[in-house]
Amino acid sequence: MRDSDSVNDFVIRFANVNGTGSASANGLFAKAIFRSGIPVSPKNIFPSNIQGLPTWYEVRVSEKGYLGRRDGIDLLVGVNPQSLKDDIKSVISGGYFVYDSSKKLHDEFLREDIHMLGIPMMRLSMDNYEVPRHQQLFKNIIYLGVVLALLDIDVKIVQTLIEEQFASKPKLVPPNFKALDIGYQYARDHFRCPLPFRVEKRDLIGDQILIDGNTATALGAIYGGSTMMAWYPITPSTSVAKAYETYGKKLLVDQETGKKKYAFIQAEDELAAIGMVIGASWNGVRAFTSTSGAGISLMSEFIGLAYFAEIPVFLVNVQRGGPSTGMPTRTQQGDIMSSAYASHGDTKHPLLLPSTPTECFEMSALGLDLADRLQTPVFLMSDLDLGMNDHLTEPLKWDKNRKYDRGKVLTAADLEKPDLDWGRYLDIDGDGIPYRTIPGTHPSKGGYFTRGTSRDEYAKYTEKGEVYQRNVDRLTVKWNTTKELVPAPEYYQEENRGSHGIIFYGTTSYAAIEAMDIFKEEEQIIDAMRLKAFPFGEEVLSFIRDHKEVFVIEQNKDGQMRSLLINELNINPSKLISVLNYNGYPITSDHIVNEIGEYLSVNELVNLHSS
Amino acid sequence: MSYTKPSFSHPALPRNKVGYLKRDYEGAISTLCAGCGHDSISATIVQACYELNIEPHHLAKLSGIGCSSKTPTYFMSNSHGFNSVHGRMPSIATGANMANKNLIYLGVSGDGDTASIGMGQFVHVIRRNLNMTYIVMNNGCYGLTKGQDSATADFGSVSKSGGGESTPFQAIDLVGMAMELNASFVARSFSGDKTQLLPLLKAAMSHQGFAFIDVISPCVTFNNNTGSTKAYDYVRDHIDVLGSLDFIPKEDEIKVDYDQGTEKVITLFDDTKISLSKLAQDWDPTDKYSARDKLVQSKKDGHILTGLLYIDPTSKDLHQILNTVDTPLNQLQETDLYPGDDVLEVINQGFR
Repeated sequence: MRDSDSVNDFVIRFANVNGTGSASANGLFAKAIFRSGIPVSPKNIFPSNIQGLPTWYEVRVSEKGYLGRRDGIDLLVGVNPQSLKDDIKSVISGGYFVYDSSKKLHDEFLREDIHMLGIPMMRLSMDNYEVPRHQQLFKNIIYLGVVLALLDIDVKIVQTLIEEQFASKPKLVPPNFKALDIGYQYARDHFRCPLPFRVEKRDLIGDQILIDGNTATALGAIYGGSTMMAWYPITPSTSVAKAYETYGKKLLVDQETGKKKYAFIQAEDELAAIGMVIGASWNGVRAFTSTSGAGISLMSEFIGLAYFAEIPVFLVNVQRGGPSTGMPTRTQQGDIMSSAYASHGDTKHPLLLPSTPTECFEMSALGLDLADRLQTPVFLMSDLDLGMNDHLTEPLKWDKNRKYDRGKVLTAADLEKPDLDWGRYLDIDGDGIPYRTIPGTHPSKGGYFTRGTSRDEYAKYTEKGEVYQRNVDRLTVKWNTTKELVPAPEYYQEENRGSHGIIFYGTTSYAAIEAMDIFKEEEQIIDAMRLKAFPFGEEVLSFIRDHKEVFVIEQNKDGQMRSLLINELNINPSKLISVLNYNGYPITSDHIVNEIGEYLSVNELVNLHSS
Repeated sequence: MSYTKPSFSHPALPRNKVGYLKRDYEGAISTLCAGCGHDSISATIVQACYELNIEPHHLAKLSGIGCSSKTPTYFMSNSHGFNSVHGRMPSIATGANMANKNLIYLGVSGDGDTASIGMGQFVHVIRRNLNMTYIVMNNGCYGLTKGQDSATADFGSVSKSGGGESTPFQAIDLVGMAMELNASFVARSFSGDKTQLLPLLKAAMSHQGFAFIDVISPCVTFNNNTGSTKAYDYVRDHIDVLGSLDFIPKEDEIKVDYDQGTEKVITLFDDTKISLSKLAQDWDPTDKYSARDKLVQSKKDGHILTGLLYIDPTSKDLHQILNTVDTPLNQLQETDLYPGDDVLEVINQGFR
């Protein structure tokens, strides 16, 4: 049951037909909350379709700053006849359902326990606009006007947003203003406005921005010095490429000649995309690709080559629901294992685990550094929720004096040194990382043969078992070096206090952080650690050792991160308890609290009986 | 294993214009079968690079997987080489070329590597007109796995591994396909005809854009038997040479008058010239339709048409299409790429 009066704490969902221009109106709503100074978290729940199928836009407004999904919809704007029945069902008891009453709603749809607010949206639109396409588009703005009145949102904020949106087409501003007003006035005239839950302006945003992870990832690659991107279209990673191209045209063009300081290639498939990245990295540029799980499967053979031949590669994996084509427009953290161990033979790859767009930006630049430093494929593990939804996040920052870490690359002068005993796969520094040369560096020194077959320290082909073994053992040394270079986990307590802990990563963090507050309110002591990278350092092991049991919260069915922890840190499996969400929707704090609460209460009972 | 050759040389050996001995272009001793056509092609590559005065470090040699793809070990040991994965050399070459437009990219592949698993990348690298030379050492079989038919084995051809049975499938003709896809340089040759292959290779490596040479290169172990259409004897009996090609370096003047109608001089982008003589009457190497007709006719007649079939010396390569800067991308530094102070704050402001 919906609580009585409240301010800045509700979930609203818009139920639309895909391809009807609703995204723009819904986006204006989220931005209006943002501009009202209140934390907001919009989620696009969309179909694999261009036009016609149901699509939802869910926005959580939270004065307390909780950005994860929350169970229960307080207000639903339902303008999609296909999903009407389920949409009405999904409203929380005591909540509100706003619908288009141009056609009478069938009796069987009515619910006694919610407020049904009918507005003749289409009729109002047809009365005011002539062109059929306009009637559809302005209907969206009409319902936005209704919502503004119901929630007491400042209309001027939305008007400013509309002016900004149509800065280059000012003719479109007045008809949009008109539609907004039609809806606003209709709601004021016919319903009690505002609703018991409503919006009040605050100043809780500071200098934060509202941006999607994919755009931030692409910007991170540009700031990190990537001048080559090869990719193949796949949801939900496509907008990384789109953003790289858009910002590349703005930021990486020679002002005098208009020529591009980057190469952007849409490959024929993922196999070619990763091949191009490998070829470019081998030849000395920072190259990257973005894809999703299916793409990683296709790239796996080449990933093994890059691992074994030790070529820097930066891959962005925006995960979606698998396996196979799975749920291509829903979110999951389902590629942890397939990315960490991608390719045949003994292979392991560093994973970076961002949980905000700001971290996407930072870890994208870091990923390019690490790939160069370690001469190996490095994965940025984003997901659909992070990549494609807007998130409230810290502004992107770049130190103008920052240098790229290009790792161990020999120059012509280095190669001239008389005492140099260089072998492409020779470990000179004891950290497992050899020195490499870029083609064209020196007329007579530094040339070598790159291959995926076994070779000795001087890159000469060999089938000698002991030489092969020496080489792969060096890769283990390199792996241990990797542990010191990847980001350390984040803790949410000064020191460990309780017998139980939680581990989470990526977008699961939003709900996990909220769950931690709920535990605190219930006076349950649970320590928390957020993983930011794989391989795991010593501190991850200590955290697990320090607790009797640790819950690993993640968004896949098989508890992949849990398996990785068990396998890589030699943990007793009974110590790690999975808390999982894999229905394709971002995980909620309620789910985490319920699962952990249930486990603990059952176990307390068991302990009572056994003592 | 690879075996290196002794490094001593006679002091009076001739050096080319950039100061290298021919030996500087050689590689490790081949481990292919004695008499393999591929070794003749490797030797011709050495000769071509020596004569073209290419500095070894200005060339990158790339290959896929298979007997042919092993050959980059056997030439140009001072050049960087890349033996990639099966059929995927074109994507490696594309990335490498994007990183540094100033190197020469020589790709070596085989019929198994290109016409089967590599078909997707082959057609797309043609479509992008990547500035590279792409050689297919074509023997109609998978030598390294003991002679299975490849997709270029002709219908009715008999191989050793087929147990006397002939190939029941139609062959894929890579030359015809390259023509169809508008490759900007298409040639075919024969590993047994070095006189023809050498100028073709030199022209291909001087061409700006995608240069494809299909070289029939008999497999002496698995596909040189009676009944095979890729055997030395069969190829010699059925070869049809389309004109003869002369490669004229830019510093050499053309002195001979050429006879219009039977001879044609084509200027490449770097002012290098190639001269084609003994032109067939109904064929113009810069007219792709006449070249296609010629190819179709010779196939109909049961001939193996060799020589430079088609060239478009004015085509735009991928760097020109993408409009990249003149400086190789791998030389751009932080100072070239930093978007400037305050730019990021303007971007941030756009998301508020």
